Amino acid sequence: MSKKALLNANEIQIILQRLACQLIENHNDFSETVLIGLQPRGIFVADRIADILRNEYGVKDLHLGYLDITFFRDDFRRRDEPLTATTTKIDFLIENKNVVLIDDVLYSGRSVRAALTALQSYGRPNNIELLVLIDRRFSRHLPIQPTYRGRQVDAINEEKVLVTWKETTENDGVFIESK
Amino acid sequence: MSKLSVEHLLGIKYLTEEDIQLIFETADQFKEVINRPIKKVPSLRDITIANLFFENSTRTKLSFELAEKRLSADVINFSASQSSVKKGETLIDTVNNILSMKVDIVVMRHPNVGAGIFLSKHVDAKIINAGDGTHEHPTQALLDSYSIREKLGSVKGKNVVIVGDILHSRVALSNIYALKLQGANVKVCGPTTLIPKYITSLGVGVETDIRKALEWCDVANVLRVQNERMDVKYFPSTREYSQLFGINKELLDSIGKEIVIMHPGPINRGVEITSDVADSDSSIILNQVENGVAIRMAVIYLLAQQIKR
Repeated sequence: MSKKALLNANEIQIILQRLACQLIENHNDFSETVLIGLQPRGIFVADRIADILRNEYGVKDLHLGYLDITFFRDDFRRRDEPLTATTTKIDFLIENKNVVLIDDVLYSGRSVRAALTALQSYGRPNNIELLVLIDRRFSRHLPIQPTYRGRQVDAINEEKVLVTWKETTENDGVFIESK
Repeated sequence: MSKLSVEHLLGIKYLTEEDIQLIFETADQFKEVINRPIKKVPSLRDITIANLFFENSTRTKLSFELAEKRLSADVINFSASQSSVKKGETLIDTVNNILSMKVDIVVMRHPNVGAGIFLSKHVDAKIINAGDGTHEHPTQALLDSYSIREKLGSVKGKNVVIVGDILHSRVALSNIYALKLQGANVKVCGPTTLIPKYITSLGVGVETDIRKALEWCDVANVLRVQNERMDVKYFPSTREYSQLFGINKELLDSIGKEIVIMHPGPINRGVEITSDVADSDSSIILNQVENGVAIRMAVIYLLAQQIKR
Protein backbone atom coordinates (compact mmCIF):
# COMPACT_ATOMS: atom_id res chain seq x y z
CA MET A 1 0.00 0.00 0.00
CA SER A 2 1.44 3.36 -0.97
CA LYS A 3 0.53 6.77 0.33
CA LYS A 4 1.12 9.94 -1.65
CA ALA A 5 0.81 13.39 -0.09
CA LEU A 6 -1.52 15.67 -2.02
CA LEU A 7 -1.77 18.74 0.19
CA ASN A 8 0.19 19.80 3.25
CA ALA A 9 -1.01 21.86 6.19
CA ASN A 10 -0.02 25.15 4.61
CA GLU A 11 -1.75 24.39 1.32
CA ILE A 12 -4.91 23.36 3.15
CA GLN A 13 -4.87 26.65 5.06
CA ILE A 14 -4.59 28.66 1.82
CA ILE A 15 -7.49 26.73 0.28
CA LEU A 16 -9.67 27.21 3.37
CA GLN A 17 -8.92 30.95 3.26
CA ARG A 18 -10.05 31.11 -0.36
CA LEU A 19 -13.22 29.11 0.34
CA ALA A 20 -14.04 31.45 3.25
CA CYS A 21 -13.61 34.47 0.96
CA GLN A 22 -15.84 32.90 -1.69
CA LEU A 23 -18.52 32.40 0.95
CA ILE A 24 -18.26 36.07 1.94
CA GLU A 25 -18.73 37.14 -1.69
CA ASN A 26 -22.03 35.27 -1.88
CA HIS A 27 -23.39 35.59 1.63
CA ASN A 28 -22.56 39.15 2.78
CA ASP A 29 -23.01 39.31 6.56
CA PHE A 30 -24.26 35.72 6.96
CA SER A 31 -27.45 36.88 8.70
CA GLU A 32 -29.55 34.60 6.47
CA THR A 33 -26.92 31.87 6.12
CA VAL A 34 -26.15 28.78 8.16
CA LEU A 35 -23.13 26.50 7.85
CA ILE A 36 -23.71 22.79 8.40
CA GLY A 37 -20.81 20.35 8.68
CA LEU A 38 -21.49 16.70 7.86
CA GLN A 39 -20.56 14.19 10.54
CA PRO A 40 -18.15 12.66 11.09
CA ARG A 41 -15.36 14.37 9.11
CA GLY A 42 -16.97 17.37 7.46
CA ILE A 43 -17.22 19.09 10.84
CA PHE A 44 -13.47 19.75 10.88
CA VAL A 45 -13.68 21.67 7.59
CA ALA A 46 -16.76 23.50 8.88
CA ASP A 47 -15.03 24.41 12.17
CA ARG A 48 -11.97 25.79 10.37
CA ILE A 49 -14.00 27.87 7.93
CA ALA A 50 -16.20 29.19 10.74
CA ASP A 51 -13.05 30.15 12.70
CA ILE A 52 -11.63 32.03 9.72
CA LEU A 53 -14.92 33.86 9.12
CA ARG A 54 -15.27 34.84 12.77
CA ASN A 55 -11.68 35.67 13.65
CA GLU A 56 -10.24 37.08 10.45
CA TYR A 57 -13.28 38.62 8.80
CA GLY A 58 -15.26 39.59 11.90
CA VAL A 59 -18.47 37.74 11.00
CA LYS A 60 -20.74 37.95 14.02
CA ASP A 61 -23.56 35.54 14.95
CA LEU A 62 -22.47 32.88 12.52
CA HIS A 63 -24.75 29.84 12.76
CA LEU A 64 -22.80 26.58 12.66
CA GLY A 65 -24.34 23.12 13.03
CA TYR A 66 -23.32 19.48 12.69
CA LEU A 67 -25.54 17.03 10.86
CA ASP A 68 -25.39 13.26 11.27
CA ILE A 69 -26.79 11.41 8.27
CA THR A 70 -26.52 7.81 9.53
CA PHE A 71 -30.29 7.21 9.69
CA PHE A 72 -30.78 8.66 6.20
CA ARG A 73 -28.13 6.64 4.38
CA ASP A 74 -29.16 4.37 1.53
CA ASP A 75 -26.77 1.53 2.41
CA PHE A 76 -28.44 0.45 5.66
CA ARG A 77 -28.39 -3.39 5.76
CA ARG A 78 -26.39 -3.47 2.51
CA ARG A 79 -22.91 -3.37 3.99
CA ASP A 80 -20.94 -5.71 6.25
CA GLU A 81 -19.87 -3.07 8.74
CA PRO A 82 -22.65 -1.78 10.99
CA LEU A 83 -23.44 1.94 10.80
CA THR A 84 -22.76 3.87 13.98
CA ALA A 85 -24.50 7.16 14.52
CA THR A 86 -22.79 10.35 15.66
CA THR A 87 -24.23 13.51 17.17
CA THR A 88 -26.41 15.99 15.34
CA LYS A 89 -26.09 19.47 16.78
CA ILE A 90 -28.40 21.93 15.06
CA ASP A 91 -30.02 24.29 17.55
CA PHE A 92 -31.65 26.55 14.97
CA LEU A 93 -34.25 26.16 12.25
CA ILE A 94 -33.19 26.41 8.62
CA GLU A 95 -36.58 27.65 7.38
CA ASN A 96 -35.94 30.24 4.63
CA LYS A 97 -32.19 30.23 5.31
CA ASN A 98 -29.35 29.79 2.86
CA VAL A 99 -27.66 26.56 3.86
CA VAL A 100 -24.04 25.72 3.10
CA LEU A 101 -23.37 22.00 3.52
CA ILE A 102 -19.72 21.31 4.25
CA ASP A 103 -17.86 18.02 3.83
CA ASP A 104 -14.25 16.95 3.41
CA VAL A 105 -14.37 14.68 0.34
CA LEU A 106 -17.08 14.50 -2.31
CA TYR A 107 -16.98 11.03 -3.82
CA SER A 108 -20.15 9.19 -4.87
CA GLY A 109 -22.49 11.99 -3.77
CA ARG A 110 -24.55 9.59 -1.68
CA SER A 111 -23.72 11.24 1.65
CA VAL A 112 -24.82 14.57 0.24
CA ARG A 113 -28.05 12.98 -1.01
CA ALA A 114 -28.67 11.65 2.52
CA ALA A 115 -27.86 15.06 3.99
CA LEU A 116 -30.36 16.77 1.68
CA THR A 117 -33.07 14.42 2.98
CA ALA A 118 -31.97 14.78 6.60
CA LEU A 119 -32.08 18.58 6.33
CA GLN A 120 -35.79 18.46 5.55
CA SER A 121 -36.39 17.65 9.22
CA TYR A 122 -35.24 21.15 10.13
CA GLY A 123 -37.44 23.15 7.77
CA ARG A 124 -37.54 24.30 4.15
CA PRO A 125 -34.39 26.24 3.35
CA ASN A 126 -34.25 29.02 0.79
CA ASN A 127 -31.42 27.27 -1.01
CA ILE A 128 -28.66 24.77 -0.31
CA GLU A 129 -25.05 25.02 -1.47
CA LEU A 130 -22.27 22.47 -1.13
CA LEU A 131 -18.70 23.19 -0.10
CA VAL A 132 -16.08 20.44 -0.20
CA LEU A 133 -12.37 20.46 0.43
CA ILE A 134 -11.66 17.67 -2.08
CA ASP A 135 -13.80 16.92 -5.13
CA ARG A 136 -13.06 13.51 -6.65
CA ARG A 137 -13.93 13.75 -10.31
CA PHE A 138 -15.28 10.83 -12.37
CA SER A 139 -16.60 8.95 -9.32
CA ARG A 140 -20.09 10.36 -8.92
CA HIS A 141 -23.07 7.98 -8.62
CA LEU A 142 -25.58 10.82 -8.46
CA PRO A 143 -25.99 14.15 -10.25
CA ILE A 144 -24.50 16.22 -7.40
CA GLN A 145 -21.80 18.87 -7.86
CA PRO A 146 -20.16 21.20 -5.35
CA THR A 147 -20.78 24.95 -5.36
CA TYR A 148 -17.37 25.61 -3.78
CA ARG A 149 -14.50 23.18 -4.23
CA GLY A 150 -11.10 23.28 -2.60
CA ARG A 151 -9.14 21.02 -4.92
CA GLN A 152 -10.25 18.73 -7.70
CA VAL A 153 -8.64 15.31 -7.67
CA ASP A 154 -8.56 12.64 -10.34
CA ALA A 155 -8.21 9.42 -8.39
CA ILE A 156 -9.13 5.98 -9.65
CA ASN A 157 -11.70 3.91 -7.78
CA GLU A 158 -9.18 1.65 -6.04
CA GLU A 159 -7.51 4.69 -4.52
CA LYS A 160 -8.68 6.33 -1.33
CA VAL A 161 -8.44 10.02 -0.53
CA LEU A 162 -7.57 10.48 3.12
CA VAL A 163 -7.88 13.80 4.95
CA THR A 164 -6.20 14.11 8.35
CA TRP A 165 -6.69 16.91 10.88
CA LYS A 166 -4.52 17.99 13.74
CA GLU A 167 -7.60 17.69 15.99
CA THR A 168 -7.57 13.91 15.49
CA THR A 169 -4.10 12.99 14.22
CA GLU A 170 -0.78 14.74 14.20
CA ASN A 171 -1.00 17.13 11.26
CA ASP A 172 -3.35 18.54 8.67
CA GLY A 173 -2.87 16.80 5.35
CA VAL A 174 -4.52 15.23 2.32
CA PHE A 175 -3.19 11.92 0.98
CA ILE A 176 -3.99 9.45 -1.76
CA GLU A 177 -3.71 5.83 -0.67
CA SER A 178 -3.53 3.00 -3.17
CA LYS A 179 -3.59 -0.71 -2.46
CA MET B 1 -17.97 0.13 14.65
CA SER B 2 -19.96 -1.99 17.02
CA LYS B 3 -22.95 -4.27 16.92
CA LEU B 4 -25.10 -6.14 19.41
CA SER B 5 -23.81 -9.50 20.63
CA VAL B 6 -27.32 -11.00 20.44
CA GLU B 7 -29.65 -11.75 17.54
CA HIS B 8 -32.88 -11.17 19.46
CA LEU B 9 -33.75 -9.07 22.49
CA LEU B 10 -35.18 -11.77 24.74
CA GLY B 11 -33.96 -10.53 28.11
CA ILE B 12 -31.30 -8.40 29.76
CA LYS B 13 -29.76 -11.66 31.02
CA TYR B 14 -28.35 -12.32 27.55
CA LEU B 15 -26.83 -8.85 27.04
CA THR B 16 -23.33 -7.61 27.81
CA GLU B 17 -22.45 -4.25 29.31
CA GLU B 18 -21.15 -3.17 25.88
CA ASP B 19 -24.54 -4.00 24.36
CA ILE B 20 -26.24 -1.75 26.89
CA GLN B 21 -23.81 1.11 26.22
CA LEU B 22 -24.31 0.72 22.46
CA ILE B 23 -28.09 0.83 22.90
CA PHE B 24 -27.77 3.96 25.09
CA GLU B 25 -25.45 5.75 22.65
CA THR B 26 -27.79 4.95 19.77
CA ALA B 27 -30.79 6.08 21.84
CA ASP B 28 -29.04 9.42 22.46
CA GLN B 29 -29.15 10.06 18.71
CA PHE B 30 -32.78 8.98 18.43
CA LYS B 31 -33.74 11.20 21.34
CA GLU B 32 -32.41 14.13 19.30
CA VAL B 33 -34.39 12.87 16.28
CA ILE B 34 -37.71 12.69 18.16
CA ASN B 35 -37.26 16.27 19.34
CA ARG B 36 -36.91 17.61 15.78
CA PRO B 37 -39.77 19.41 14.04
CA ILE B 38 -40.02 16.33 11.77
CA LYS B 39 -39.54 13.34 14.05
CA LYS B 40 -38.99 10.63 11.49
CA VAL B 41 -36.04 8.95 9.78
CA PRO B 42 -36.24 6.65 6.74
CA SER B 43 -33.85 3.91 7.95
CA LEU B 44 -36.32 1.01 8.19
CA ARG B 45 -38.54 1.73 5.23
CA ASP B 46 -38.11 -1.79 3.85
CA ILE B 47 -38.71 -3.55 7.18
CA THR B 48 -42.04 -4.89 8.43
CA ILE B 49 -42.70 -5.33 12.12
CA ALA B 50 -45.53 -7.25 13.79
CA ASN B 51 -46.60 -6.25 17.29
CA LEU B 52 -48.13 -9.32 18.90
CA PHE B 53 -49.74 -8.56 22.22
CA PHE B 54 -51.18 -11.64 23.89
CA GLU B 55 -51.63 -9.62 27.07
CA ASN B 56 -53.04 -6.16 27.71
CA SER B 57 -50.77 -3.20 27.28
CA THR B 58 -51.22 0.48 26.60
CA ARG B 59 -47.94 2.24 27.17
CA THR B 60 -45.55 -0.41 25.85
CA LYS B 61 -47.64 -1.06 22.76
CA LEU B 62 -48.00 2.62 21.92
CA SER B 63 -44.32 3.21 22.59
CA PHE B 64 -43.21 0.35 20.33
CA GLU B 65 -45.62 1.37 17.60
CA LEU B 66 -44.45 4.96 17.71
CA ALA B 67 -40.79 3.89 17.70
CA GLU B 68 -41.42 1.68 14.64
CA LYS B 69 -43.26 4.44 12.80
CA ARG B 70 -40.58 7.02 13.62
CA LEU B 71 -38.11 4.64 11.92
CA SER B 72 -40.43 4.38 8.88
CA ALA B 73 -41.07 0.65 9.31
CA ASP B 74 -44.37 -0.89 8.20
CA VAL B 75 -46.32 -1.98 11.26
CA ILE B 76 -49.04 -4.55 11.82
CA ASN B 77 -50.77 -4.96 15.16
CA PHE B 78 -52.33 -7.98 16.69
CA SER B 79 -54.20 -8.40 19.96
CA ALA B 80 -54.97 -11.83 21.31
CA SER B 81 -58.47 -10.82 22.36
CA GLN B 82 -59.52 -10.40 18.70
CA SER B 83 -57.69 -13.37 17.24
CA SER B 84 -57.65 -17.01 16.29
CA VAL B 85 -55.80 -17.79 19.52
CA LYS B 86 -59.27 -17.87 21.03
CA LYS B 87 -60.15 -20.52 18.46
CA GLY B 88 -57.34 -22.81 19.60
CA GLU B 89 -54.41 -21.93 17.32
CA THR B 90 -50.92 -22.58 18.72
CA LEU B 91 -48.37 -19.81 19.18
CA ILE B 92 -46.03 -21.15 16.48
CA ASP B 93 -48.89 -21.46 14.00
CA THR B 94 -50.10 -17.95 14.73
CA VAL B 95 -46.64 -16.48 14.31
CA ASN B 96 -45.74 -18.52 11.22
CA ASN B 97 -48.95 -17.38 9.58
CA ILE B 98 -47.99 -13.81 10.28
CA LEU B 99 -44.44 -14.38 9.07
CA SER B 100 -45.63 -15.76 5.74
CA MET B 101 -46.84 -12.23 5.13
CA LYS B 102 -43.10 -11.33 5.06
CA VAL B 103 -42.55 -9.88 8.50
CA ASP B 104 -38.95 -9.21 9.60
CA ILE B 105 -39.28 -8.42 13.30
CA VAL B 106 -41.77 -9.64 15.90
CA VAL B 107 -42.39 -7.65 19.07
CA MET B 108 -44.22 -9.91 21.47
CA ARG B 109 -45.84 -9.67 24.86
CA HIS B 110 -47.10 -12.95 26.25
CA PRO B 111 -48.44 -14.09 29.64
CA ASN B 112 -46.18 -17.18 29.67
CA VAL B 113 -42.59 -17.11 30.90
CA GLY B 114 -40.10 -17.85 28.12
CA ALA B 115 -42.55 -17.36 25.25
CA GLY B 116 -40.08 -15.16 23.38
CA ILE B 117 -37.20 -17.60 23.84
CA PHE B 118 -39.40 -20.45 22.61
CA LEU B 119 -40.44 -18.46 19.56
CA SER B 120 -36.88 -17.44 18.71
CA LYS B 121 -35.96 -21.11 18.39
CA HIS B 122 -38.81 -21.96 16.02
CA VAL B 123 -39.41 -19.03 13.71
CA ASP B 124 -37.25 -17.09 11.29
CA ALA B 125 -37.55 -13.49 12.49
CA LYS B 126 -35.97 -11.16 14.99
CA ILE B 127 -37.83 -11.41 18.30
CA ILE B 128 -38.13 -8.54 20.75
CA ASN B 129 -39.58 -9.50 24.11
CA ALA B 130 -42.05 -6.86 25.26
CA GLY B 131 -42.76 -8.74 28.49
CA ASP B 132 -43.12 -12.48 29.07
CA GLY B 133 -45.23 -13.24 32.14
CA THR B 134 -43.34 -12.61 35.37
CA HIS B 135 -39.97 -13.15 33.69
CA GLU B 136 -38.39 -10.22 31.79
CA HIS B 137 -39.31 -6.89 30.24
CA PRO B 138 -35.97 -5.83 28.75
CA THR B 139 -36.91 -2.57 27.03
CA GLN B 140 -38.46 -1.28 30.27
CA ALA B 141 -35.24 -2.01 32.18
CA LEU B 142 -33.19 -0.35 29.46
CA LEU B 143 -35.29 2.80 29.51
CA ASP B 144 -35.18 2.85 33.32
CA SER B 145 -31.38 2.69 33.35
CA TYR B 146 -31.23 5.20 30.51
CA SER B 147 -33.39 7.60 32.52
CA ILE B 148 -31.14 7.18 35.58
CA ARG B 149 -28.09 7.83 33.39
CA GLU B 150 -29.75 10.94 31.99
CA LYS B 151 -30.71 12.28 35.43
CA LEU B 152 -27.62 11.34 37.47
CA GLY B 153 -24.92 11.12 34.79
CA SER B 154 -24.27 7.41 35.17
CA VAL B 155 -25.67 4.23 36.65
CA LYS B 156 -22.40 2.87 38.00
CA GLY B 157 -22.09 3.08 41.78
CA LYS B 158 -25.62 4.42 42.30
CA ASN B 159 -27.85 2.93 44.99
CA VAL B 160 -31.15 1.83 43.53
CA VAL B 161 -34.04 0.37 45.49
CA ILE B 162 -36.89 -1.43 43.75
CA VAL B 163 -40.02 -1.17 45.88
CA GLY B 164 -43.14 -3.30 45.76
CA ASP B 165 -44.30 -6.54 44.22
CA ILE B 166 -40.95 -8.09 43.28
CA LEU B 167 -42.37 -11.61 43.04
CA HIS B 168 -44.69 -10.94 40.10
CA SER B 169 -42.62 -8.26 38.43
CA ARG B 170 -40.78 -8.78 35.16
CA VAL B 171 -39.72 -5.14 35.41
CA ALA B 172 -37.94 -5.92 38.69
CA LEU B 173 -36.01 -8.90 37.31
CA SER B 174 -34.92 -7.12 34.13
CA ASN B 175 -33.97 -4.05 36.15
CA ILE B 176 -31.87 -6.11 38.56
CA TYR B 177 -29.93 -7.68 35.66
CA ALA B 178 -29.47 -4.33 33.92
CA LEU B 179 -28.43 -2.40 37.03
CA LYS B 180 -26.01 -5.05 38.26
CA LEU B 181 -24.44 -5.27 34.80
CA GLN B 182 -23.77 -1.54 34.89
CA GLY B 183 -22.28 -1.63 38.38
CA ALA B 184 -25.13 -0.20 40.46
CA ASN B 185 -25.96 -1.36 43.98
CA VAL B 186 -29.45 -2.80 44.15
CA LYS B 187 -31.86 -3.53 46.97
CA VAL B 188 -35.41 -4.72 46.82
CA CYS B 189 -38.03 -3.62 49.33
CA GLY B 190 -41.55 -4.97 49.92
CA PRO B 191 -43.62 -7.33 52.03
CA THR B 192 -41.65 -10.57 52.58
CA THR B 193 -44.43 -12.49 50.87
CA LEU B 194 -43.78 -10.56 47.66
CA ILE B 195 -40.00 -11.00 47.66
CA PRO B 196 -38.77 -14.18 45.97
CA LYS B 197 -36.93 -16.54 48.30
CA TYR B 198 -33.62 -16.71 46.42
CA ILE B 199 -33.48 -13.11 45.23
CA THR B 200 -30.19 -12.52 47.08
CA SER B 201 -28.51 -15.01 44.73
CA LEU B 202 -28.75 -12.26 42.09
CA GLY B 203 -26.54 -10.10 44.27
CA VAL B 204 -29.21 -7.77 45.58
CA GLY B 205 -29.97 -6.80 49.17
CA VAL B 206 -33.38 -7.17 50.82
CA GLU B 207 -34.94 -4.46 52.97
CA THR B 208 -38.37 -4.66 54.54
CA ASP B 209 -38.39 -1.18 56.10
CA ILE B 210 -39.26 1.42 53.48
CA ARG B 211 -37.69 4.27 55.50
CA LYS B 212 -34.33 2.50 55.73
CA ALA B 213 -34.49 1.66 52.06
CA LEU B 214 -35.13 5.27 51.08
CA GLU B 215 -32.40 6.56 53.39
CA TRP B 216 -29.95 4.26 51.60
CA CYS B 217 -30.90 4.92 47.99
CA ASP B 218 -30.30 7.52 45.26
CA VAL B 219 -33.11 6.18 43.11
CA ALA B 220 -36.38 4.50 44.08
CA ASN B 221 -38.10 2.53 41.34
CA VAL B 222 -41.64 1.97 42.59
CA LEU B 223 -43.65 -0.92 41.18
CA ARG B 224 -47.36 -1.57 41.02
CA VAL B 225 -48.95 -4.35 43.04
CA GLN B 226 -50.01 -6.80 40.36
CA ASN B 227 -53.33 -7.99 41.72
CA GLU B 228 -54.15 -9.71 38.44
CA ARG B 229 -51.25 -12.15 38.90
CA MET B 230 -52.07 -13.00 42.53
CA ASP B 231 -53.91 -16.26 43.09
CA VAL B 232 -53.74 -16.01 46.89
CA LYS B 233 -53.62 -13.06 49.29
CA TYR B 234 -50.06 -11.88 49.83
CA PHE B 235 -50.87 -9.08 52.28
CA PRO B 236 -53.90 -8.30 54.47
CA SER B 237 -55.23 -5.18 52.71
CA THR B 238 -54.34 -2.52 50.17
CA ARG B 239 -54.65 0.04 52.97
CA GLU B 240 -52.08 -1.78 55.07
CA TYR B 241 -49.74 -2.13 52.07
CA SER B 242 -50.00 1.56 51.35
CA GLN B 243 -49.31 2.44 55.01
CA LEU B 244 -46.24 0.20 55.24
CA PHE B 245 -44.74 0.49 51.72
CA GLY B 246 -46.47 3.48 50.10
CA ILE B 247 -44.26 6.48 49.34
CA ASN B 248 -45.72 9.84 50.30
CA LYS B 249 -44.42 13.38 50.58
CA GLU B 250 -44.13 13.40 54.38
CA LEU B 251 -41.94 10.30 54.29
CA LEU B 252 -39.70 11.73 51.56
CA ASP B 253 -39.44 15.14 53.27
CA SER B 254 -38.50 13.54 56.58
CA ILE B 255 -35.54 11.80 54.93
CA GLY B 256 -34.14 15.11 53.82
CA LYS B 257 -32.22 14.10 50.71
CA GLU B 258 -32.93 14.16 47.01
CA ILE B 259 -34.23 10.81 45.76
CA VAL B 260 -35.12 10.19 42.13
CA ILE B 261 -38.56 8.59 41.93
CA MET B 262 -39.39 6.24 39.06
CA HIS B 263 -42.42 4.16 38.18
CA PRO B 264 -42.93 1.95 35.11
CA GLY B 265 -46.68 2.59 35.12
CA PRO B 266 -49.56 2.16 35.32
CA ILE B 267 -49.63 3.98 38.67
CA ASN B 268 -52.18 3.14 41.34
CA ARG B 269 -52.22 6.61 42.85
CA GLY B 270 -52.55 6.52 46.62
CA VAL B 271 -51.44 2.87 46.88
CA GLU B 272 -47.71 2.51 46.12
CA ILE B 273 -47.15 6.22 45.55
CA THR B 274 -49.17 9.34 46.32
CA SER B 275 -50.05 11.96 43.72
CA ASP B 276 -47.88 14.68 45.25
CA VAL B 277 -44.83 12.42 44.90
CA ALA B 278 -45.69 11.12 41.42
CA ASP B 279 -46.12 14.70 40.14
CA SER B 280 -43.20 16.23 42.07
CA ASP B 281 -39.92 17.53 40.64
CA SER B 282 -38.00 14.49 41.89
CA SER B 283 -40.20 12.19 39.82
CA ILE B 284 -38.91 11.28 36.34
CA ILE B 285 -41.91 9.13 35.44
CA LEU B 286 -42.80 11.10 32.30
CA ASN B 287 -39.15 11.26 31.21
CA GLN B 288 -39.18 7.46 31.37
CA VAL B 289 -42.06 7.41 28.90
CA GLU B 290 -40.29 9.78 26.50
CA ASN B 291 -37.05 7.81 26.77
CA GLY B 292 -39.00 4.62 26.11
CA VAL B 293 -39.55 5.62 22.49
CA ALA B 294 -35.86 6.48 21.96
CA ILE B 295 -34.70 3.23 23.58
CA ARG B 296 -37.10 1.13 21.51
CA MET B 297 -36.01 2.90 18.34
CA ALA B 298 -32.40 2.08 19.22
CA VAL B 299 -33.13 -1.60 19.91
CA ILE B 300 -35.16 -2.03 16.72
CA TYR B 301 -32.57 -0.15 14.65
CA LEU B 302 -29.66 -2.22 15.98
CA LEU B 303 -31.48 -5.53 15.43
CA ALA B 304 -32.74 -4.52 11.98
CA GLN B 305 -29.15 -3.76 11.01
CA GLN B 306 -28.40 -7.47 11.35
CA ILE B 307 -31.08 -8.49 8.83
CA LYS B 308 -29.26 -9.00 5.57
CA ARG B 309 -31.05 -8.29 2.35
